Amino acid sequence: MAVTSPAIAGAHQYLDAQVRWRTIEIVFWLATLLPFVVTPDYLVLASQIAVTALFALSLDLILGYAGIVSLGHAAFFGFGAYTAGLISKWGWGEPLTGLLISGLAAGLLGYLMSFIISRFRHLALIMITLGFGLLLHELANSASGITGGADGLQGVKMWPLFGAFKFDLYGRTAYWYALIVLFLLFLVSRRLINSPFGLSLRGIRENAVRMRAIGAESRSHIRKIYTISAIIAGVAGAILTQTTETVSLGVLDFQRSADILVILILGGAGRLYGGLIGAIIYMIARDWFSGVNPQYWYFPIGVLLIGVVLFLPNGILGGLAQIVNSERGQRCTGWLTAPLPWRRRP
Amino acid sequence: MRKSFATLLGAAALVALAGPANAQDTVKIGVILSLSGQFADAGVQMLNGVKTYMKEHGDTVAGKKIELIVKDDGGPAPDVAKRLAQELVVRDKVDILAGFTLTPNALAAADVSAEAKKFTVVMNAATSIIITKSPYLVRTSVTLPQVAETFGTWAAKKANVKKTYTMVTDYGPGHDFEGGFQRAFKEAGGEIVGQVRFPIANPDFSAFVQRAKDINPEAIMIFIPGGAQPAALGKAFAERGIDPNKTKILGSGETTSEQALKSMGDTSLGIITAWHYEYTSKTPKNVAFVKAYNDLNKRNPDFFSIGGYDGMHLIYETLKKTAGKTDGDSLIAAAKGMKWESPRGPMSIDSETRDVVQTIYIRKVEKVGGEPQNVAFDKVENVKDPARARNYK
Repeated sequence: MAVTSPAIAGAHQYLDAQVRWRTIEIVFWLATLLPFVVTPDYLVLASQIAVTALFALSLDLILGYAGIVSLGHAAFFGFGAYTAGLISKWGWGEPLTGLLISGLAAGLLGYLMSFIISRFRHLALIMITLGFGLLLHELANSASGITGGADGLQGVKMWPLFGAFKFDLYGRTAYWYALIVLFLLFLVSRRLINSPFGLSLRGIRENAVRMRAIGAESRSHIRKIYTISAIIAGVAGAILTQTTETVSLGVLDFQRSADILVILILGGAGRLYGGLIGAIIYMIARDWFSGVNPQYWYFPIGVLLIGVVLFLPNGILGGLAQIVNSERGQRCTGWLTAPLPWRRRP
Repeated sequence: MRKSFATLLGAAALVALAGPANAQDTVKIGVILSLSGQFADAGVQMLNGVKTYMKEHGDTVAGKKIELIVKDDGGPAPDVAKRLAQELVVRDKVDILAGFTLTPNALAAADVSAEAKKFTVVMNAATSIIITKSPYLVRTSVTLPQVAETFGTWAAKKANVKKTYTMVTDYGPGHDFEGGFQRAFKEAGGEIVGQVRFPIANPDFSAFVQRAKDINPEAIMIFIPGGAQPAALGKAFAERGIDPNKTKILGSGETTSEQALKSMGDTSLGIITAWHYEYTSKTPKNVAFVKAYNDLNKRNPDFFSIGGYDGMHLIYETLKKTAGKTDGDSLIAAAKGMKWESPRGPMSIDSETRDVVQTIYIRKVEKVGGEPQNVAFDKVENVKDPARARNYK
């Protein structure tokens, strides 16, 4: 079409503006390389932060952008983790193909689930995802012949990456492997969110009924994004398995679903970097507090969470954005009347 | 002012110089335990055991200072346990790894132990295979087959039980205990007349107990974790009219732990259990231990505590034997075949399998001073892990 209406042109301009890389983003990704130089003793932790960030990103796609609440996202994380573990146990320890297969397997599970997910909203979704997560956990527990049950899967052995880089004790390979996969999938998510498809997801988040009324069928969109999210969660689980060479029922635990939700809310849902920042802060705080007091470290974590929710209801990134906005002369609504993330207009 | 500043600088320089020299005179022990979440109490009791030993024996051994670095793995999470073990080795430069409340975590950390060649003491995790995962592992707790199979053989041969019904909680340790008991019981000529597995969160046992009663076995073997369940099960036995004096009720030591006995009350009387440690044992060594433990921690020790206590003992004794050398090969060589008198009784480390060898006590719940207690009336000495001996799994 040669002639576009002003409204569409505006939307294109908006999307183009979003796609452009900002300096702060480039600085952020360069900073992810710092652990190699500054804290080479912390690379194992860094690799697990990258895995958690990837998992949080997958949840952000459905929760932050499409408004699909999930309390059972560990189901896909765990499914990917067990798939990666089993492939390796059955004699194929090549990491990259293992990663691909695990992601696809989790994606297939997500695709099947999405038919149920797309029919419900809000509270019903919480119940369904919670139940689904618990079911899968119990299934893995019962099928101890395959999964190893409560003792965890034994015999996971990864071949060196590209035949050359062994997963070492210092976590060097683990970190750059996890970081590269995180970056690539982040690029994919970023492109996805700043596309017309991403915009219609946000429309669904705001008002699913109205989207239908203006002729945009929401269910197929929800199915797509849910499947994509499941793939990413599965890949995150697979990386964890491959870099630690262990899998146990913990990957499917409700605690993991709850933690990742907390991490996302902490960082700020509905912002691509929310999950990443949340994962960094939560994991470092956890490591630090539990080092100081291994018995009662949940206490300061709890205080941190309450503080963030009270004073920065849109998460850390949301709070930062608010401060920046008010500095620029826009009216700051204050923490009491701060809008929920899905009420905030872009 | 200037002078004091110079002194301060001098002192700082001295401290900085003394730092690395000091490091050679310390032995760092990285202790990984489950100190938060569902299994927090077990981890805390293990740590209490470790601390009690250090209180009794001081923190210097073979001229070196012992430094503990305690980490929390937060429950069954092998990825976390492995990361902590890696960090302890790489970042904190520990000489010895210890602790491990749960099996999956011990299995994951064993990889690190093997790769970094670190002497590693498993102070609780009870699954048989853990010990095979690294040549630098030793265990000072117990293995489930050690108890289950010994008990199965004892029930058939010594107690002359021919027909048993088994009831276990449907989770890893439950399955292992059921498997071990049934195997040994059948080998000794007994017959399993039926079995049931109930869910972990099971509030009411009446239906299961009724099913067992209908079959009318000579004995019922039970395995349940602690918490609220022993009381519920005891109640169901009493309600369905199962008399422990006619139908023997057999269980593992966890079933009649201090807390469980308190909640079961009189319904626990007559239950027969097999276990490796009981805090009410009257040996002088144990009486002294329980007293020291109570002084320090204001509560009674349990089998988690004794795992930590004996684990520390093993570390101290091996360090003495190697005269302070801390490399994995020297320490494991020193640990093999080591024998000592523990509050639980005589115990040793098998020189081939590196696993714990100890006495398994057969106890019956009786009233002592008005309170139900486990009273040992029989024992099987020098029990090795039968599963490893047979190389199954």
